[in-house]
Amino acid sequence: MSSSRGRASSVQGRANGPLRVLCEVLSYRRIGNYHSLTFVAPEMAERAKPGQFVSVGVEGDGTLLRRPFSIYAISRHGPWAGTIEIVFDVVGPGTRYLSKLAKHDAVDIVGPLGRPFPMPQQAVDCLLVGGGYGAAPLLFLAQRLQQSSLRVNIVLGAATQNRLFNIIEAKRLSAKSAFTTEDGSFGTPGRVTDVLDRMLAGGTVGVVYACGPMPMLAAVTAIARDHKIAVQVAVEEAMACGVGVCMTCVLPVRRDGRTVNLRACVEGPVFNGKKILWAQLGQPPVMQMATGDDAFAKGPVVTAVVEPRS
Amino acid sequence: MTAVESSPRAAHRLRHDQVDTRVSLSADPSQPLQLANPIVTASGCFGSGRELERFFDISGLGAVVVKSLTVEPRDGLPTPRMAETASGMLNAIGLQNPGIEQWVATELPWLHELGVPVIVSIAGKTVAEYRELAEHLRDQPGVVAIEANISCPNVEDRNVVFACRQDATRKAIQQVTSVADVPVFAKLSPDVTDIVTIAMAAVAGGATGVSLVNTLLGMAIDAESRRPKLAAVTGGLSGPAIKPVALRAVHQVHQALPDLPIIGMGGVSSVTDVVEFLLAGASAVAVGTATFANPMVSLEVTQGLPRWCAERGIATVAELRGALLW
Repeated sequence: MSSSRGRASSVQGRANGPLRVLCEVLSYRRIGNYHSLTFVAPEMAERAKPGQFVSVGVEGDGTLLRRPFSIYAISRHGPWAGTIEIVFDVVGPGTRYLSKLAKHDAVDIVGPLGRPFPMPQQAVDCLLVGGGYGAAPLLFLAQRLQQSSLRVNIVLGAATQNRLFNIIEAKRLSAKSAFTTEDGSFGTPGRVTDVLDRMLAGGTVGVVYACGPMPMLAAVTAIARDHKIAVQVAVEEAMACGVGVCMTCVLPVRRDGRTVNLRACVEGPVFNGKKILWAQLGQPPVMQMATGDDAFAKGPVVTAVVEPRS
Repeated sequence: MTAVESSPRAAHRLRHDQVDTRVSLSADPSQPLQLANPIVTASGCFGSGRELERFFDISGLGAVVVKSLTVEPRDGLPTPRMAETASGMLNAIGLQNPGIEQWVATELPWLHELGVPVIVSIAGKTVAEYRELAEHLRDQPGVVAIEANISCPNVEDRNVVFACRQDATRKAIQQVTSVADVPVFAKLSPDVTDIVTIAMAAVAGGATGVSLVNTLLGMAIDAESRRPKLAAVTGGLSGPAIKPVALRAVHQVHQALPDLPIIGMGGVSSVTDVVEFLLAGASAVAVGTATFANPMVSLEVTQGLPRWCAERGIATVAELRGALLW
């Protein structure tokens, strides 16, 4: 869609809210098994918060739609004024296109989109739980929590060691960390949920933040509920537009005593995990959507990063 | 040769603000409808308007066509609701909407206040529902037209889509036009043997014009899981993949019914796409799926069309309508 090469740095949008920017790629690199792209977008970096995402224009192979990615890191200063970094896995033609971009290439970005992770209202310890590269937005959040002098603990899990995202960074940003792999190649063999009880022992953790596959988020939410701890999850939903118009990325959420079908892109991707009706995901929705200003109400919200694999 | 002589087009070049972009969408003098420019939004591709108003001032569009409204609030279909396909996408949303009553109460006043003309898409399960929906839209400030989305299953006829039958099309449209106080457009499905006969049925029902085309029914399969990619199995195909089909439909209907106003759509994402639909016979052109890929596209096309015309010395957008050379 974006026949925009060579016009890097044009900015469209309003004084607040999301922007569309033709950005210059500052760097492309590998982080373990994953790929990272950093692009120059000062105005967007200024607005971006942990849990928000950007949608990236891709070309080739008959692709049409943007690809959404959580924001992994931003820099607001330095010689490049302001940059945003995203992390991705090559799973289809869109991410293959992104993996071939190089420094100075132009890339078409819309963002920041979605609701960010709400920050704790009290001085509590925070436990961040990430599956695979779902760790990316959590490491951004960990920085912010640290800046707010909050104690951060991190659990990262993946199928195997090279699917764990940025172990070094996770250790650096946390007081206590744990890693799990399903094949036992690194850390504790098993899943993130196998170590949560241990990480929550002591009772100082006041909020759990999680990002990763839906079944993981459902399981983490159940454990947080058992421990009577707040849980904020960034969901992954397939989306077409990322800006609230296509109604593709909906999921059933309890709000004001009823079930509403909320869009992960604008009412999420961060939700209170206890409000999501996990058992109903993929089932026919049961109530109507929110409308009007309600749909953009301020409040708690995380990651939305599923690429069509076609 | 002088520089001027070597570029004959330059002698006729206009400034873009000299181009008259106005178009007429109604030949009926008792219900005139003129838009400031021919660019409208395709139903279901622009949300309520609020979502894109965050990006740009939507009041500069020719009109906003809102997501189809039904009598009762609708929750829509299970996910996954979308699958990207080659140069297109399939969707099966299931008309998720707040219901016409709530929409009229909360969304219409907001759109009206912005000053953008509103074309209201309505979708019924029965002929009677089309009438009921149209009644809700009488005397509503801001509503300039109704688009009857008749690509919906008729529960009174084995769920056969209204727009696939001439008599069902005529009856549904008749119900809308019998109560509407604004022009009525029938949005037709391309999944028919002869779209001209369906357009004629809509005209027989009193339609002011037709919107061409709705999505094509399609399907995508994941070979590994052996499952359909959509929870609803089938869905509507949109995007650049369907543009040739849409242009063909507009051309056929325009040739058969040259005075009938047509809102053309299907894979429009650029100024030249818009011009192609105008040449085929559309009076206005809707931007749909392209908005998913670029939220700014309807604005870009609206701003780009007069520049395209000016560069070619075309003084009025309206003169492009049906100006196909063949």
